Amino acid sequence: MTNAAVYLDAASAEPLHPAGRETLLAALEHGYADPRRLHGAGRNARLLLDNAREVVAAALGVRRDEVVFTSSGTRAVQLGLLGLAAARVERGRRIAHSAVEHQAVTDAAAWWGDPVELSADAEGRVYDGDLAEASTMPGVVVAALQSANHEVGTLQPVGGFPLANGVPLFVDACASMGRLPLPQGWDALAGSARKWGGPSGVGVLLVRHRARWSHPFPAADPLARVDDGGVDVAATLAAAAALQAVVAERDELGTRQRALIDLIRARVTAIPDVDVVGDPVERLPHLVTFSFLYVDGEALVTELDRLGFGVASGSACALDTREPSRVLAAMGALTHGNVRLSLTRDTTRDDVERFLAVLPGVVASIRERAGL
Amino acid sequence: MSYASHLTIRYDDEPLPERELDCRGQLCPAPIIALARHIGEVPVGELLGVAADDPAARHDVPAWCRMRKQEYVGEERAGDGTPLYVVRRLI
Repeated sequence: MTNAAVYLDAASAEPLHPAGRETLLAALEHGYADPRRLHGAGRNARLLLDNAREVVAAALGVRRDEVVFTSSGTRAVQLGLLGLAAARVERGRRIAHSAVEHQAVTDAAAWWGDPVELSADAEGRVYDGDLAEASTMPGVVVAALQSANHEVGTLQPVGGFPLANGVPLFVDACASMGRLPLPQGWDALAGSARKWGGPSGVGVLLVRHRARWSHPFPAADPLARVDDGGVDVAATLAAAAALQAVVAERDELGTRQRALIDLIRARVTAIPDVDVVGDPVERLPHLVTFSFLYVDGEALVTELDRLGFGVASGSACALDTREPSRVLAAMGALTHGNVRLSLTRDTTRDDVERFLAVLPGVVASIRERAGL
Repeated sequence: MSYASHLTIRYDDEPLPERELDCRGQLCPAPIIALARHIGEVPVGELLGVAADDPAARHDVPAWCRMRKQEYVGEERAGDGTPLYVVRRLI
Protein backbone atom coordinates (compact mmCIF):
# COMPACT_ATOMS: atom_id res chain seq x y z
CA MET A 1 0.00 0.00 0.00
CA THR A 2 1.24 3.45 -0.80
CA ASN A 3 -1.04 5.11 1.74
CA ALA A 4 -0.60 4.71 5.50
CA ALA A 5 -3.21 2.54 7.18
CA VAL A 6 -6.36 4.36 8.26
CA TYR A 7 -7.56 3.28 11.71
CA LEU A 8 -11.33 3.67 12.05
CA ASP A 9 -12.01 1.93 15.36
CA ALA A 10 -11.83 4.73 17.95
CA ALA A 11 -14.88 3.29 19.73
CA SER A 12 -12.77 0.26 20.71
CA ALA A 13 -9.72 2.37 21.57
CA GLU A 14 -8.81 5.92 20.53
CA PRO A 15 -5.07 6.39 19.90
CA LEU A 16 -3.31 8.08 22.82
CA HIS A 17 -3.98 11.85 22.80
CA PRO A 18 -0.78 13.97 22.54
CA ALA A 19 -1.63 15.57 25.90
CA GLY A 20 -1.93 12.10 27.42
CA ARG A 21 1.34 10.95 25.89
CA GLU A 22 3.26 13.97 27.16
CA THR A 23 1.86 13.54 30.66
CA LEU A 24 2.44 9.79 30.67
CA LEU A 25 6.11 10.18 29.82
CA ALA A 26 6.57 12.88 32.47
CA ALA A 27 4.69 10.92 35.17
CA LEU A 28 6.29 7.52 34.53
CA GLU A 29 9.37 8.51 36.49
CA HIS A 30 7.47 9.73 39.54
CA GLY A 31 4.33 7.62 39.76
CA TYR A 32 5.82 4.20 40.50
CA ALA A 33 5.24 4.07 44.26
CA ASP A 34 2.16 2.93 46.18
CA PRO A 35 0.14 6.11 46.82
CA ARG A 36 -1.03 4.73 50.19
CA ARG A 37 2.50 4.69 51.66
CA LEU A 38 3.77 7.50 53.87
CA HIS A 39 7.27 7.82 52.44
CA GLY A 40 8.34 10.50 50.00
CA ALA A 41 7.90 8.38 46.87
CA GLY A 42 4.45 7.32 48.06
CA ARG A 43 3.51 10.95 48.71
CA ASN A 44 4.64 11.86 45.20
CA ALA A 45 2.39 9.15 43.73
CA ARG A 46 -0.49 10.37 45.95
CA LEU A 47 0.01 13.93 44.71
CA LEU A 48 -0.15 12.78 41.09
CA LEU A 49 -3.34 10.82 41.78
CA ASP A 50 -4.94 13.77 43.62
CA ASN A 51 -3.99 15.97 40.68
CA ALA A 52 -5.65 13.48 38.29
CA ARG A 53 -8.80 13.49 40.46
CA GLU A 54 -8.93 17.29 40.45
CA VAL A 55 -8.56 17.42 36.65
CA VAL A 56 -11.19 14.72 36.00
CA ALA A 57 -13.66 16.32 38.42
CA ALA A 58 -13.23 19.72 36.72
CA ALA A 59 -13.48 18.26 33.20
CA LEU A 60 -16.69 16.38 34.04
CA GLY A 61 -18.24 18.98 36.37
CA VAL A 62 -18.46 16.74 39.45
CA ARG A 63 -17.02 16.87 42.98
CA ARG A 64 -13.52 15.53 43.64
CA ASP A 65 -14.85 13.11 46.26
CA GLU A 66 -17.20 11.63 43.64
CA VAL A 67 -14.30 10.37 41.47
CA VAL A 68 -12.93 6.84 41.94
CA PHE A 69 -10.16 5.47 39.70
CA THR A 70 -10.27 1.83 38.60
CA SER A 71 -8.12 -0.50 36.55
CA SER A 72 -10.49 -0.58 33.53
CA GLY A 73 -13.85 0.57 32.20
CA THR A 74 -15.28 -2.89 32.85
CA ARG A 75 -14.12 -2.69 36.46
CA ALA A 76 -15.73 0.77 36.82
CA VAL A 77 -19.00 -0.69 35.49
CA GLN A 78 -18.85 -3.62 37.91
CA LEU A 79 -18.04 -1.47 40.94
CA GLY A 80 -20.60 1.21 40.09
CA LEU A 81 -23.51 -1.01 39.12
CA LEU A 82 -23.00 -3.70 41.73
CA GLY A 83 -22.06 -1.18 44.45
CA LEU A 84 -25.50 0.46 44.08
CA ALA A 85 -27.08 -3.02 44.16
CA ALA A 86 -25.03 -4.11 47.19
CA ALA A 87 -26.28 -1.12 49.19
CA ARG A 88 -29.90 -2.27 48.64
CA VAL A 89 -29.42 -6.04 48.82
CA GLU A 90 -32.05 -6.36 51.56
CA ARG A 91 -34.69 -5.46 48.92
CA GLY A 92 -33.58 -7.96 46.29
CA ARG A 93 -30.93 -8.63 43.68
CA ARG A 94 -32.57 -7.77 40.35
CA ILE A 95 -31.02 -5.22 38.00
CA ALA A 96 -33.17 -3.78 35.19
CA HIS A 97 -31.24 -2.84 32.05
CA SER A 98 -31.82 -2.27 28.35
CA ALA A 99 -31.21 -5.06 25.83
CA VAL A 100 -28.53 -2.93 24.16
CA GLU A 101 -26.21 -2.43 27.14
CA HIS A 102 -22.53 -3.31 26.85
CA GLN A 103 -21.67 -6.86 27.86
CA ALA A 104 -19.86 -5.52 30.95
CA VAL A 105 -23.29 -4.41 32.25
CA THR A 106 -25.30 -7.48 31.20
CA ASP A 107 -22.68 -9.89 32.56
CA ALA A 108 -22.50 -8.05 35.90
CA ALA A 109 -26.32 -7.92 36.21
CA ALA A 110 -26.67 -11.64 35.43
CA TRP A 111 -23.89 -12.53 37.87
CA TRP A 112 -25.59 -10.56 40.65
CA GLY A 113 -29.16 -11.82 40.23
CA ASP A 114 -31.98 -12.43 37.79
CA PRO A 115 -31.95 -9.37 35.51
CA VAL A 116 -34.93 -7.63 33.90
CA GLU A 117 -34.06 -6.92 30.25
CA LEU A 118 -35.93 -4.12 28.49
CA SER A 119 -36.25 -4.07 24.72
CA ALA A 120 -35.11 -1.26 22.44
CA ASP A 121 -36.65 0.22 19.30
CA ALA A 122 -35.32 -0.08 15.75
CA GLU A 123 -32.84 2.75 16.40
CA GLY A 124 -31.53 1.07 19.53
CA ARG A 125 -33.23 3.39 22.01
CA VAL A 126 -34.93 2.11 25.15
CA TYR A 127 -38.67 2.89 25.23
CA ASP A 128 -39.70 5.87 27.36
CA GLY A 129 -41.17 4.70 30.60
CA ASP A 130 -39.93 1.10 30.47
CA LEU A 131 -37.18 1.67 33.03
CA ALA A 132 -39.59 3.68 35.21
CA GLU A 133 -42.07 0.81 35.07
CA ALA A 134 -39.37 -1.78 35.75
CA SER A 135 -38.37 0.17 38.86
CA THR A 136 -41.78 -0.66 40.38
CA MET A 137 -41.24 -4.42 40.03
CA PRO A 138 -40.56 -6.41 43.21
CA GLY A 139 -36.89 -7.18 43.75
CA VAL A 140 -35.60 -4.58 41.26
CA VAL A 141 -32.95 -2.57 43.13
CA VAL A 142 -31.02 -0.75 40.36
CA ALA A 143 -31.81 0.46 36.84
CA ALA A 144 -28.96 0.63 34.31
CA LEU A 145 -28.90 2.59 31.06
CA GLN A 146 -26.01 3.58 28.80
CA SER A 147 -25.53 7.23 27.84
CA ALA A 148 -25.04 6.24 24.21
CA ASN A 149 -24.85 2.91 22.45
CA HIS A 150 -21.32 1.68 21.81
CA GLU A 151 -22.18 -0.15 18.59
CA VAL A 152 -24.66 2.12 16.81
CA GLY A 153 -24.16 5.50 18.51
CA THR A 154 -27.79 6.19 19.47
CA LEU A 155 -28.16 8.46 22.53
CA GLN A 156 -30.40 7.19 25.32
CA PRO A 157 -32.97 9.27 27.27
CA VAL A 158 -30.90 9.20 30.48
CA GLY A 159 -32.47 11.28 33.24
CA GLY A 160 -35.67 11.70 31.24
CA PHE A 161 -37.75 9.36 33.39
CA PRO A 162 -38.46 9.13 37.12
CA LEU A 163 -37.66 5.89 38.93
CA ALA A 164 -39.93 4.51 41.67
CA ASN A 165 -39.14 3.16 45.16
CA GLY A 166 -35.84 5.04 45.41
CA VAL A 167 -34.31 2.80 42.72
CA PRO A 168 -30.96 4.38 41.77
CA LEU A 169 -29.77 4.80 38.19
CA PHE A 170 -26.44 3.48 36.96
CA VAL A 171 -25.15 4.97 33.70
CA ASP A 172 -22.54 3.30 31.50
CA ALA A 173 -21.01 6.38 29.86
CA CYS A 174 -17.97 4.59 28.41
CA ALA A 175 -18.98 5.35 24.82
CA SER A 176 -19.53 9.09 25.35
CA MET A 177 -17.32 10.28 28.23
CA GLY A 178 -15.22 13.24 27.08
CA ARG A 179 -16.99 13.44 23.73
CA LEU A 180 -20.34 14.69 25.10
CA PRO A 181 -21.34 16.39 28.37
CA LEU A 182 -22.41 13.98 31.10
CA PRO A 183 -26.15 13.29 31.29
CA GLN A 184 -28.13 14.18 34.42
CA GLY A 185 -30.00 12.08 36.90
CA TRP A 186 -27.51 9.28 37.67
CA ASP A 187 -26.33 7.88 40.99
CA ALA A 188 -23.22 6.15 39.67
CA LEU A 189 -21.58 6.41 36.25
CA ALA A 190 -18.65 4.66 34.55
CA GLY A 191 -16.12 5.71 31.90
CA SER A 192 -13.12 4.15 30.17
CA ALA A 193 -9.99 6.17 29.39
CA ARG A 194 -8.95 4.35 26.22
CA LYS A 195 -12.24 5.38 24.58
CA TRP A 196 -11.33 9.09 24.83
CA GLY A 197 -7.62 8.87 24.06
CA GLY A 198 -6.23 8.05 27.49
CA PRO A 199 -4.11 4.93 28.07
CA SER A 200 -5.64 1.46 28.35
CA GLY A 201 -6.17 0.11 31.86
CA VAL A 202 -7.75 3.22 33.39
CA GLY A 203 -11.41 3.42 34.33
CA VAL A 204 -13.32 6.26 35.98
CA LEU A 205 -16.19 5.59 38.36
CA LEU A 206 -18.33 8.47 39.57
CA VAL A 207 -20.50 7.90 42.64
CA ARG A 208 -22.76 10.76 43.73
CA HIS A 209 -21.86 11.78 47.26
CA ARG A 210 -25.49 11.37 48.35
CA ALA A 211 -25.90 7.95 46.69
CA ARG A 212 -26.01 4.78 48.77
CA TRP A 213 -23.13 2.61 47.64
CA SER A 214 -21.42 -0.38 49.20
CA HIS A 215 -18.38 -2.26 47.89
CA PRO A 216 -19.67 -5.38 46.08
CA PHE A 217 -16.35 -7.23 46.31
CA PRO A 218 -14.06 -8.02 49.28
CA ALA A 219 -12.93 -4.73 50.87
CA ALA A 220 -11.50 -3.68 54.24
CA ASP A 221 -14.12 -0.93 54.56
CA PRO A 222 -17.12 -1.69 52.30
CA LEU A 223 -18.39 1.88 52.55
CA ALA A 224 -15.11 3.59 51.64
CA ARG A 225 -15.09 4.90 48.06
CA VAL A 226 -11.42 4.35 47.40
CA ASP A 227 -9.49 3.80 44.18
CA ASP A 228 -8.84 0.23 43.05
CA GLY A 229 -5.73 -1.14 44.71
CA GLY A 230 -2.82 -0.99 42.28
CA VAL A 231 -4.17 1.69 39.93
CA ASP A 232 -1.51 2.80 37.48
CA VAL A 233 -0.78 6.31 38.77
CA ALA A 234 1.08 7.59 35.70
CA ALA A 235 -1.54 6.19 33.30
CA THR A 236 -4.34 7.67 35.41
CA LEU A 237 -2.77 11.13 35.32
CA ALA A 238 -2.27 10.77 31.56
CA ALA A 239 -5.93 9.75 31.20
CA ALA A 240 -6.93 12.89 33.14
CA ALA A 241 -4.77 15.11 30.93
CA ALA A 242 -6.23 13.53 27.79
CA LEU A 243 -9.77 14.00 29.13
CA GLN A 244 -9.13 17.67 29.87
CA ALA A 245 -7.80 18.19 26.34
CA VAL A 246 -10.64 16.24 24.70
CA VAL A 247 -13.29 18.23 26.59
CA ALA A 248 -11.61 21.49 25.57
CA GLU A 249 -11.61 20.57 21.87
CA ARG A 250 -14.86 18.58 21.62
CA ASP A 251 -17.08 21.32 20.19
CA GLU A 252 -14.79 21.86 17.22
CA LEU A 253 -13.92 18.16 16.80
CA GLY A 254 -17.49 16.97 17.32
CA THR A 255 -18.77 19.32 14.61
CA ARG A 256 -16.13 18.08 12.17
CA GLN A 257 -16.76 14.40 12.99
CA ARG A 258 -20.53 14.83 12.81
CA ALA A 259 -20.25 16.18 9.26
CA LEU A 260 -17.96 13.30 8.21
CA ILE A 261 -20.38 10.72 9.63
CA ASP A 262 -23.28 12.43 7.81
CA LEU A 263 -21.25 12.14 4.60
CA ILE A 264 -20.56 8.44 5.22
CA ARG A 265 -24.22 7.72 6.02
CA ALA A 266 -25.37 9.44 2.83
CA ARG A 267 -22.85 7.68 0.58
CA VAL A 268 -23.21 4.20 2.14
CA THR A 269 -27.00 4.39 1.81
CA ALA A 270 -26.48 4.54 -1.96
CA ILE A 271 -24.88 1.05 -1.99
CA PRO A 272 -27.55 -1.59 -2.80
CA ASP A 273 -29.06 -3.73 -0.02
CA VAL A 274 -27.53 -1.96 2.95
CA ASP A 275 -29.02 -1.45 6.42
CA VAL A 276 -27.61 1.77 7.94
CA VAL A 277 -28.58 1.57 11.59
CA GLY A 278 -28.86 3.84 14.63
CA ASP A 279 -30.36 7.30 15.09
CA PRO A 280 -29.03 9.55 12.28
CA VAL A 281 -29.19 12.72 14.42
CA GLU A 282 -29.33 11.98 18.16
CA ARG A 283 -26.09 10.02 18.21
CA LEU A 284 -22.42 9.97 19.12
CA PRO A 285 -20.50 12.38 16.86
CA HIS A 286 -17.86 9.93 15.64
CA LEU A 287 -19.57 6.60 14.97
CA VAL A 288 -21.74 4.86 12.35
CA THR A 289 -22.78 1.25 11.76
CA PHE A 290 -24.14 -0.48 8.66
CA SER A 291 -24.73 -4.03 7.40
CA PHE A 292 -24.63 -5.38 3.84
CA LEU A 293 -26.98 -8.18 2.80
CA TYR A 294 -25.30 -11.40 1.60
CA VAL A 295 -21.85 -10.26 2.78
CA ASP A 296 -19.64 -12.22 5.18
CA GLY A 297 -18.57 -9.80 7.94
CA GLU A 298 -15.22 -11.50 8.48
CA ALA A 299 -14.40 -11.31 4.76
CA LEU A 300 -15.40 -7.64 4.73
CA VAL A 301 -13.19 -6.71 7.72
CA THR A 302 -10.27 -8.76 6.36
CA GLU A 303 -10.49 -7.27 2.89
CA LEU A 304 -10.77 -3.71 4.23
CA ASP A 305 -7.76 -4.37 6.45
CA ARG A 306 -5.81 -5.62 3.44
CA LEU A 307 -6.63 -2.33 1.72
CA GLY A 308 -5.45 -0.37 4.77
CA PHE A 309 -8.67 0.34 6.68
CA GLY A 310 -9.11 -0.89 10.27
CA VAL A 311 -12.79 -1.32 11.14
CA ALA A 312 -14.82 -3.31 13.69
CA SER A 313 -17.73 -5.67 13.03
CA GLY A 314 -20.65 -6.99 15.08
CA SER A 315 -21.21 -9.98 12.78
CA ALA A 316 -21.01 -13.42 14.37
CA CYS A 317 -18.31 -14.67 12.03
CA ALA A 318 -16.09 -11.69 12.95
CA LEU A 319 -16.49 -12.16 16.73
CA ASP A 320 -14.76 -14.76 18.86
CA THR A 321 -18.08 -15.70 20.51
CA ARG A 322 -19.51 -16.76 17.09
CA GLU A 323 -22.78 -15.18 18.26
CA PRO A 324 -24.12 -12.12 16.42
CA SER A 325 -24.10 -8.72 18.14
CA ARG A 326 -26.84 -8.59 20.80
CA VAL A 327 -27.29 -4.90 20.02
CA LEU A 328 -28.00 -5.43 16.32
CA ALA A 329 -30.25 -8.41 17.16
CA ALA A 330 -32.25 -6.40 19.73
CA MET A 331 -32.80 -3.64 17.16
CA GLY A 332 -33.95 -6.05 14.46
CA ALA A 333 -31.01 -4.92 12.31
CA LEU A 334 -29.21 -7.18 9.88
CA THR A 335 -26.38 -8.86 11.81
CA HIS A 336 -24.24 -10.23 8.99
CA GLY A 337 -22.03 -8.10 6.74
CA ASN A 338 -21.71 -5.55 9.55
CA VAL A 339 -19.17 -2.75 9.82
CA ARG A 340 -18.76 -0.22 12.62
CA LEU A 341 -16.74 2.86 11.72
CA SER A 342 -15.57 5.19 14.47
CA LEU A 343 -13.40 8.20 13.66
CA THR A 344 -10.33 9.21 15.64
CA ARG A 345 -9.46 12.86 16.30
CA ASP A 346 -6.97 12.65 13.43
CA THR A 347 -9.31 11.14 10.81
CA THR A 348 -9.41 13.47 7.82
CA ARG A 349 -11.93 14.05 5.07
CA ASP A 350 -9.39 12.49 2.71
CA ASP A 351 -9.27 9.30 4.81
CA VAL A 352 -13.06 9.09 4.65
CA GLU A 353 -13.14 9.74 0.91
CA ARG A 354 -10.57 7.02 0.29
CA PHE A 355 -12.60 4.57 2.39
CA LEU A 356 -15.80 5.47 0.54
CA ALA A 357 -14.02 5.03 -2.77
CA VAL A 358 -13.07 1.39 -2.07
CA LEU A 359 -16.11 0.22 -0.07
CA PRO A 360 -18.63 -0.36 -2.92
CA GLY A 361 -16.10 -2.45 -4.87
CA VAL A 362 -15.21 -4.55 -1.83
CA VAL A 363 -18.90 -5.27 -1.15
CA ALA A 364 -19.57 -6.08 -4.81
CA SER A 365 -16.62 -8.47 -5.06
CA ILE A 366 -17.63 -10.40 -1.92
CA ARG A 367 -21.19 -10.68 -3.24
CA GLU A 368 -19.86 -11.83 -6.59
CA ARG A 369 -17.77 -14.54 -4.94
CA ALA A 370 -20.95 -15.72 -3.17
CA GLY A 371 -22.54 -16.12 -6.61
CA LEU A 372 -24.90 -13.16 -6.42
CA MET B 1 -44.23 -2.51 28.82
CA SER B 2 -42.16 -4.28 26.23
CA TYR B 3 -39.76 -6.96 27.34
CA ALA B 4 -37.07 -8.15 24.95
CA SER B 5 -38.30 -11.36 23.37
CA HIS B 6 -37.50 -13.47 20.37
CA LEU B 7 -40.83 -15.29 20.47
CA THR B 8 -43.21 -14.76 17.60
CA ILE B 9 -46.80 -15.76 18.18
CA ARG B 10 -48.38 -17.87 15.45
CA TYR B 11 -51.87 -19.20 15.30
CA ASP B 12 -52.47 -22.94 15.29
CA ASP B 13 -54.58 -22.86 12.16
CA GLU B 14 -51.71 -21.54 10.05
CA PRO B 15 -50.26 -24.37 7.95
CA LEU B 16 -46.57 -25.27 8.02
CA PRO B 17 -44.84 -24.38 4.76
CA GLU B 18 -44.73 -27.10 2.13
CA ARG B 19 -41.37 -25.88 0.91
CA GLU B 20 -38.32 -26.14 3.14
CA LEU B 21 -34.85 -24.81 2.44
CA ASP B 22 -32.19 -26.96 4.13
CA CYS B 23 -29.52 -24.62 5.54
CA ARG B 24 -28.45 -26.88 8.39
CA GLY B 25 -24.76 -26.51 9.24
CA GLN B 26 -24.41 -23.29 7.23
CA LEU B 27 -22.97 -20.14 8.81
CA CYS B 28 -24.11 -16.58 8.20
CA PRO B 29 -24.69 -15.24 5.61
CA ALA B 30 -25.07 -18.55 3.68
CA PRO B 31 -28.71 -19.23 4.77
CA ILE B 32 -29.74 -15.72 3.68
CA ILE B 33 -27.97 -16.11 0.33
CA ALA B 34 -29.83 -19.41 -0.16
CA LEU B 35 -33.11 -17.70 0.75
CA ALA B 36 -32.48 -14.96 -1.81
CA ARG B 37 -31.63 -17.54 -4.49
CA HIS B 38 -34.72 -19.68 -3.93
CA ILE B 39 -37.51 -17.25 -3.03
CA GLY B 40 -38.21 -16.78 -6.74
CA GLU B 41 -39.19 -20.46 -7.02
CA VAL B 42 -42.06 -19.92 -4.57
CA PRO B 43 -45.36 -18.59 -5.98
CA VAL B 44 -46.37 -15.15 -4.67
CA GLY B 45 -48.43 -15.56 -1.49
CA GLU B 46 -46.91 -18.97 -0.65
CA LEU B 47 -44.63 -19.90 2.27
CA LEU B 48 -40.99 -20.95 2.38
CA GLY B 49 -39.38 -22.36 5.52
CA VAL B 50 -35.65 -21.82 6.11
CA ALA B 51 -34.25 -24.62 8.32
CA ALA B 52 -31.09 -23.15 9.88
CA ASP B 53 -29.18 -23.82 13.10
CA ASP B 54 -26.91 -20.75 12.77
CA PRO B 55 -27.96 -18.33 15.57
CA ALA B 56 -27.67 -15.29 13.27
CA ALA B 57 -30.49 -16.62 11.05
CA ARG B 58 -33.01 -15.91 13.83
CA HIS B 59 -32.32 -12.19 13.36
CA ASP B 60 -31.25 -12.08 9.74
CA VAL B 61 -34.26 -13.81 8.16
CA PRO B 62 -36.65 -11.17 9.61
CA ALA B 63 -34.18 -8.40 8.66
CA TRP B 64 -33.96 -9.77 5.09
CA CYS B 65 -37.78 -9.77 4.89
CA ARG B 66 -37.88 -6.12 6.03
CA MET B 67 -35.17 -5.05 3.56
CA ARG B 68 -36.53 -7.09 0.60
CA LYS B 69 -40.19 -6.27 1.34
CA GLN B 70 -41.22 -9.87 2.01
CA GLU B 71 -43.28 -11.05 4.98
CA TYR B 72 -41.68 -12.77 7.97
CA VAL B 73 -44.33 -15.15 9.30
CA GLY B 74 -42.52 -16.56 12.35
CA GLU B 75 -40.34 -19.25 13.84
CA GLU B 76 -41.34 -22.92 13.78
CA ARG B 77 -39.54 -26.23 14.32
CA ALA B 78 -38.60 -28.56 11.48
CA GLY B 79 -39.23 -32.30 11.93
CA ASP B 80 -35.78 -32.82 13.48
CA GLY B 81 -36.17 -29.88 15.87
CA THR B 82 -34.05 -27.44 13.84
CA PRO B 83 -35.43 -23.88 13.93
CA LEU B 84 -37.52 -23.17 10.85
CA TYR B 85 -37.92 -19.51 9.85
CA VAL B 86 -41.05 -19.06 7.78
CA VAL B 87 -41.25 -16.44 5.02
CA ARG B 88 -44.20 -15.53 2.77
CA ARG B 89 -43.30 -14.31 -0.71
CA LEU B 90 -45.07 -11.00 -1.33
CA ILE B 91 -43.28 -9.72 -4.45
